[in-house]
Amino acid sequence: RGDWSEDCWGLCTRSKEPDLSLSFLVSGACRAIQKLTRVRVVDNSALGNAPYHRPPKCIHVYNKTGVGKVGDKILLAIKGEKKKALIVGHKMPGPHMTPRFDSNNVVLIEDNGNPLGTRIKTPIPYILRRREGEFSKVLAIARNFV
Amino acid sequence: MAAACGKVLLRAALPARWFSSSMCRMNRDGEPTKFQPPPKPVIIDKQKQREERRFLSPEFIPPRGRTDPLKFYMERKDMIQRRKVFNIPEFYVGSILAVTTADPYADGKTNRFVGICIQRGGRGLGATFVLRNVIEDQGVEICYELYSPRIQEITVLKLEKRLDDNLTYLRDALPEYSTFDMNMKPVSHLDHEEIPVNKLQVRMKPQPWSKRWERPKYNIKGIKFELPEKKMKEAQKWKQPWLEFDMLREYDTSK
Repeated sequence: RGDWSEDCWGLCTRSKEPDLSLSFLVSGACRAIQKLTRVRVVDNSALGNAPYHRPPKCIHVYNKTGVGKVGDKILLAIKGEKKKALIVGHKMPGPHMTPRFDSNNVVLIEDNGNPLGTRIKTPIPYILRRREGEFSKVLAIARNFV
Repeated sequence: MAAACGKVLLRAALPARWFSSSMCRMNRDGEPTKFQPPPKPVIIDKQKQREERRFLSPEFIPPRGRTDPLKFYMERKDMIQRRKVFNIPEFYVGSILAVTTADPYADGKTNRFVGICIQRGGRGLGATFVLRNVIEDQGVEICYELYSPRIQEITVLKLEKRLDDNLTYLRDALPEYSTFDMNMKPVSHLDHEEIPVNKLQVRMKPQPWSKRWERPKYNIKGIKFELPEKKMKEAQKWKQPWLEFDMLREYDTSK
C-alpha cells in the first residue's frame, strides 16, 4: 500500500472505503521496485507533479532480474505516457550503512540521461556517486544527500 | 571543700536528671519528652551506585543455543579490543544519536547522520542499530553496524529510554515524532543520574499500518490508540494468555 500522505490521486482518499476499481494485488513481499510498483516522483518536473487519477507505475525494469534497486533505470507509465526514470531510493532494506527510505523514490530521466526536472529536494543516497559518469546530471540537481 | 560537698550534694539530690538532657527538652505540656537520638546520616556512595548500575550492551549477551562458548569468547575479545580503540557510548532504543561514517563517495569523505535509535539487533561483532530521521518530509532509516571500522564517531545527543524496546511503529506514526534537527545540540546527562524514561504516547497516522500494532503480540505501550473500541476488542482476540504459564517455553528468569 502506498503512503497515505501521497494518496491524493483523484478519488482515492483514505477516509472512504477502498476503491473497488483498484482491484490489483497489494502484496508487500518484494519491497524493491518491480513491474506494477507505484512510485513517487521526487523531482520538480511538470510531468511528475501534475495530478492524475492514477499513480505513476513501473512497467519495466532495465535489469537482468526484474527487480530494481538504487541506481537502476526503469520505465514508468505517467499520465498515459511512457517515461524512463532512475531509482533513487526504495522501501526495501539494502546493505548496512545505506539509507532506507519510507517511499519508493524515482527521478524522471530522458533516454540520454538528462533529468526532466531542475531540482531534487528529497535526500539522495551517496551510493549513486559511485556511477558519477552516468548520473552526473542527476547528482548535479540534487540538493540533499544522505 | 564546701564547694566539693556542695557539688556532691547536688549530684546526690538530682541523680537521674543531671545526666539526662531532657532537662532542657520539655513538652508543650511541660512534661519531659523521651530522648530522641539524632537521625543517622545517610551516606550515598556515588561510586558504588555507579558500579551497581553498570550498563551491559545487549550485544555481549550470547544467544541461547548449542554453539561452542569459545566462539563467543573470541568475539567478545575482538569487541573489547575495538572498544579500547574507539569509544562506543551507552545508549538505548529511543536515544538520539549522531553517527559519522567514512564514505568514499561523500563530500569530505565523511557522512554525518542524526536520528533516533529505533531498534538494536544482532549479537557479537555483527551488532546493529537503526537510526531514523525525517529529512525534507522523507523518512530515512540507516542500519549501522556498531563494530564497523567505517564508523568514525558515535555521539549520544540525548540519552533516554522509551516505553518499548522496538520503536518500528514510528514508521506509521505522524512524522513529527521522528523529526530531529541535524544540528541538534547534545543534551547533557550526569553520570550518576538515572536514565530518564520518556513516557511519550505517539499519535499514529490513519490505518492501515505496516503492522497491526494494536495486537497484544507486539505489546506496545508507547502508542496512543485512537481506534474505536470494537477494533481494540477485536485485537484482543489474538491474545495468548497461556503463554506466561507455558512451562516448556524458555523465558527470562533473572527478574
